[in-house]
Amino acid sequence: MTTTVDPIATVPLPLLSRYAECTMWLARYMERIENLARIIDVTETFVRSGASDGWRAIVQINADEERFFATHDAATARSVITFYTIDTENPTSIVSLAHAARENARSLRPVISTEMWSQLNIFTKFIRSLNREDIRPSEISQLCARIKQDCQTHTGITEGTFYRDQASIFYNAGRHLERADQITRLIDIKYHTLLPSEAGVGSEVDISQWSAVLRSAAGYHAYRRVMTADIRPSSIVGFLLKSEAFPRSLSTNLRHLHGNLTQLRRDYNLRGASRIVGRVEHLRNILDQQTATEIIVRGLHEFNDWIQSELQDIQREIANVFWPAPGLAAIDAKISQPEPVTGQTQSQS
Amino acid sequence: MADKRDGQPGQDPATQNIPETQSGTGLFSHYRNGHFFCELTNSDGTPDPQIDLIRSRLDALPLNDLRNRARQAEQELYNLGITFTVYSERDAIDRILPFDLVPRILTQAEWRHVDAGVKQRVRALNMFLWDIYHDQKILNDGIIPRDLVVGNPNYCPAMIGLDVPGGTYVHVSGTDLVRDDSGRFLVLEDNARTPSGVSYVIENRHTTLRVMPDIASGIDLMPVDEYGVHLQNALAELAPGGVDDPQVVLLSPGIYNSAYFEHVFLAREMGVPLVEGRDLVTENDRVYMRTTAGLRPVHSIYRRLNDDFLDPEAFDPTSMLGVPGLVEAYRKGNVTIANAIGTGVADDKAVYAYMPRIIRYYLAEEPILSNVETHICAEPEGLAYTLANLNNLVVKPVGESGGYGLIIGPHATKEELAEFRTKLEADPSNYISQPVISLSVSPTLCEDGLEPRHVDLRPFAVTGKSTWVLPGGLSRVALRRGSLVVNSSQGGGSKDTWVIAQ
Repeated sequence: MTTTVDPIATVPLPLLSRYAECTMWLARYMERIENLARIIDVTETFVRSGASDGWRAIVQINADEERFFATHDAATARSVITFYTIDTENPTSIVSLAHAARENARSLRPVISTEMWSQLNIFTKFIRSLNREDIRPSEISQLCARIKQDCQTHTGITEGTFYRDQASIFYNAGRHLERADQITRLIDIKYHTLLPSEAGVGSEVDISQWSAVLRSAAGYHAYRRVMTADIRPSSIVGFLLKSEAFPRSLSTNLRHLHGNLTQLRRDYNLRGASRIVGRVEHLRNILDQQTATEIIVRGLHEFNDWIQSELQDIQREIANVFWPAPGLAAIDAKISQPEPVTGQTQSQS
Repeated sequence: MADKRDGQPGQDPATQNIPETQSGTGLFSHYRNGHFFCELTNSDGTPDPQIDLIRSRLDALPLNDLRNRARQAEQELYNLGITFTVYSERDAIDRILPFDLVPRILTQAEWRHVDAGVKQRVRALNMFLWDIYHDQKILNDGIIPRDLVVGNPNYCPAMIGLDVPGGTYVHVSGTDLVRDDSGRFLVLEDNARTPSGVSYVIENRHTTLRVMPDIASGIDLMPVDEYGVHLQNALAELAPGGVDDPQVVLLSPGIYNSAYFEHVFLAREMGVPLVEGRDLVTENDRVYMRTTAGLRPVHSIYRRLNDDFLDPEAFDPTSMLGVPGLVEAYRKGNVTIANAIGTGVADDKAVYAYMPRIIRYYLAEEPILSNVETHICAEPEGLAYTLANLNNLVVKPVGESGGYGLIIGPHATKEELAEFRTKLEADPSNYISQPVISLSVSPTLCEDGLEPRHVDLRPFAVTGKSTWVLPGGLSRVALRRGSLVVNSSQGGGSKDTWVIAQ
């Protein structure tokens, strides 16, 4: 009845702006959940190894201090873990992110695979079922492992079943943008946990904490293979920011993001992508032109902050180009629009 | 197999409607359908070897096995998100439509009758709508009271004189059928606006075949998978003229609508984008969708939004779900809307009473499917009859759906009847009444095993340039013992409907 054709060889199917927005945010939220699980897990390790201010650091790297301390007196293990896992009042908690991911996926059901939807549906129901018992200190590490695994299952199913057209490119762009952002936050947690005094740098505790950061990003063994005996903090920071082969490094993800945007411009003739490609190129150049040591000397935390704000600008520009806000004649955004799906922004700062 | 005689139930027509006594310990050993017509055991009176085979296979299943399969089916529906979502203040709760895994079965002969009857009805509905929005011959000839049509709140003046493509107003219709004691099909009501439930017809088939492969094995069933293709074709062939490759979309109120699952299902089956009002804009009386590459033209819209919400410029100005300017684009002939605007006047419960006359008027044929005898309380004799026989009748408000606001006389208490009488006398034109039909039953898995439960049938018809009816339809089942209300909002569930292909 219909002939089989290569979608790229023919006129590409149009993609609704709303679908593009939702796919990108679905990817971002799922990545963000995974990273939050990683961060909670590594903090737990830090605290066990003696970092006194470990839990407060999570609040800091997520720029949630104001909201957190409005309702909590102190950043204890219990209060912070609750805040970031099961607190439905907190928009940056795993349960809120899972809810947002699910609502985006519901909007996307016409374009995502049944298998993607079904797994997400089961996962988000699991997250919503969590209670205080499930986040006790004895359970938290296991829970984080389960969440990471479920997020990775999502990633795998997506890789294996999501039809490769525009929507999947926006999905990938969202994932890479989020990973780029998250690696800077993961590095920052070490910065906040233990401001390295002259004496502290390179100490045993310092090294073991950097190892934990590597492990939490699933990069420990790769790092060992590449860098063997070099365990200087600057080398680890260099690996996390600048490795071209490590899947969670800033550099890898900027390269992929660049590729995604180029694909939109080239294969789908979306000219608006050009300017954004330029911005990502600029960011990559700046990263390439500095060594990790230089970045640390100039201020690692400031660098991370700057990257995060650049990435927010890129997200904003993608929104302006591909899902511009409807004009005056159209819908008033205030009225009855699903809150997690419309006008989604980087809620982390 | 438990009992060889199970193969020939009801071979003596005289005993057909009395409780069957059966030896054996099979699932049917305690099944008694009384004077109700049983969809499985009675069929249409003539023994059918395939139905007998299905029955004996079911009979041989251990009850626990059947329960396990039912649980499996429910889990699957839940995980696949074949659900409707109930939103409360803080939470979103997913519910599945209760599903019964014992299929309801129609023979080929029964189906041919239903199929022809539904097609006849859809034809008459479309001709009626064309007429009342053009020359109004049927009103001029006094076949149906003018005021009932032109004074009807669902009559849409914006449609007057508009020539809809192909003369099709009702592209998708759902005809609610019931069967009486003798197994005769009767039309309970027509749904000509945005009838829902078709996704369950298809998903129920998938679920049933997954959990009951041994029951279905070797049985030749008419397929249900072609619905999306037929709907897409109908919308494409009725797109405005001069468009080579029309863009069809499905317009949904969005993820918070309780039928959102069905909208997704249909968009996927049709292979078209699911859009919300905010995805569409009009410019120079043409409709466009917002895409990553800018505005793209839209030619045909299958809308799952009521008339009132379609266009704030034409109807409810507070609606945020619709598309400003859509009706003007429609009136200019630049976009096809399915179903057409203003079809609600044709499936009105008061107009329903005139359907047999409408069919005879336009087609010069006798109705293939009969109406249930209906008394119109707006008419003095109808009201007098209803008031005199209130405890024997079903009285329904004409403007409600979903089984709300009705009273079933024989099931009501004295107080309820008295209270209803007051309401009826205060606003008689809001009501119609019908005799209580002893709805047919279908074996259904209940707490104590297989029990008869009342069912209805909603076949779905798709009309482009011609009409096609999805074989079978939605069988809704009243899960509460003795209940006659099959609506999902009132404790109803659904079953797969098998049409034996022969």
